[in-house]
Amino acid sequence: MDLWDFMELAAWAASAVLGVIIVRDWIKTDSSYSEEVLTSSREGELEAMTEEHKG
Amino acid sequence: MAEFDITSKTMDGMGPHGTNVGLLRVLGPAHVWALGVGIVLVGEYMGWNIAVGKGGAYAALIACWFAGLLYSCVAMIDSEVTSTVAAAGGQYTQAKHIVGPLMAFNVGLYLVFAYTMLEAANAITVGFLIDTVAVMTGHEGLDQRPFIVLAIMFLAWLNYRGVLATLTFSLVITAIAFSAILILFFATSPIFGSDVLQHRALMTDLPYGWLGVLAAMHFGLWYYLGIEGTTQAAEEVRSPARALPFGTLAGIMTLLIAATLTWYVCVGLMPWEYLGQAGVPLFDAARLSGSTALMVLLGIGTLFATLASANGCINDASRAWFAMGRDHYLPSWFGAVHPVYRTPYRSIIFLVPIALIFALGAPLDQVITFSILSGLLEYTFMPINVIMFRRKWPLGSIKRGYQHPFHPVPAVVLLCLCGIAFFAVFLGYGTQLVAMISFYVIVSLWFHFRRYRYVRRAAQFTMPWPRPQGY
Repeated sequence: MDLWDFMELAAWAASAVLGVIIVRDWIKTDSSYSEEVLTSSREGELEAMTEEHKG
Repeated sequence: MAEFDITSKTMDGMGPHGTNVGLLRVLGPAHVWALGVGIVLVGEYMGWNIAVGKGGAYAALIACWFAGLLYSCVAMIDSEVTSTVAAAGGQYTQAKHIVGPLMAFNVGLYLVFAYTMLEAANAITVGFLIDTVAVMTGHEGLDQRPFIVLAIMFLAWLNYRGVLATLTFSLVITAIAFSAILILFFATSPIFGSDVLQHRALMTDLPYGWLGVLAAMHFGLWYYLGIEGTTQAAEEVRSPARALPFGTLAGIMTLLIAATLTWYVCVGLMPWEYLGQAGVPLFDAARLSGSTALMVLLGIGTLFATLASANGCINDASRAWFAMGRDHYLPSWFGAVHPVYRTPYRSIIFLVPIALIFALGAPLDQVITFSILSGLLEYTFMPINVIMFRRKWPLGSIKRGYQHPFHPVPAVVLLCLCGIAFFAVFLGYGTQLVAMISFYVIVSLWFHFRRYRYVRRAAQFTMPWPRPQGY
């Protein structure tokens, strides 16, 4: 095995670690907050405050 | 405006419709520039040169400027409309407000397909580049898959963790990749005494005549494909009306310069027969310059441009998917925002396996073709969109951050150029074009007869726009 073989294994391992981090946080977030809060975003609401459109 | 409370701890300083957790407004014009140029610049490092193979060096230059005109129209139109529709989703949200739900659904899918396919193509390229380095160091038979997967997973994780870090990363690596092109130009330019460029010896007439020029048009799009992605940052920039037009127009100017310099250097170093088939033409140009430092710099530039493009694609595809979920055009589950990182985390996660499937299982040219076709359909929508926008909300009825000049000339020019580009694509990839349009017709029928009943028709419009003229 040379350096590139080790790098292949390291890339697989790093990918798996990143995947686990993302999925773990996803499960934790979904179980800690209500669906209502998580999906409460509405388009352009801050925009409504900062931009002045003529009514 | 009395009901707004920007200091509220529970309502996120947002509007009256109950947003508890929204996307974070932290970006500036430089991030918008990085998002647009970052997605595109990889097209300067590879891909555009196929136009040289189709019609010779001059055909590639004509295609470069023809596509430059097309994308200048795209950038001007986008800048005006998006400076008023400052919400995630970009052209999808524009279509929803200006044209109608069926068009919005289609445009949303064009966006997601174009960016996810481009992300997959970039990941394939990362694997190819690392394999090239391995071969140069004497290692044959590298397994590219772990590097393809790592590129997608790392950038997905970065996007998951927050938009500021994501686009600051893009800003740095895009700036390095663009600087590398400038340095290559100056290092090989006769202005500074170098004599490596051999334009006089290498330039030929059009080898396949004007038909070759037409065939080259398809690949001229590679120089700029994706600049319209700047609009996806609309809900996360601090000052949308100023930052979006500024970042987008600065982006197209950067790309016009980068594209022309790339063509000039490459055709001065390689005969068109070779250049038309090169995998990484700018890297090859650096190698032919005879400078090891330039070779290393352009190698790094190629990798950085590829990563910046994939990074921007994840950002943009997830915003479009998120916006469609938020409006119930797709299951509302996708419309969730991470309460800590303030990113559309479920959309980011959902698109990861799709990108992996295409990156690991589909050939690069097919993936790129589907990305270009989706982009072309999107550009065809833009002139219709801006003409309707100006009719429904004439100048003075809505505050615009930017007004594009000579309306409707850019819209008409864009429509004509799209027609020519469609014909050019049809000549080379007619089957894929027909398959793609058939796909969109089928999903449109599904949306019209099955999905639209779930859309809350009033709830999808929360911006305080005046009533359109004539309604």
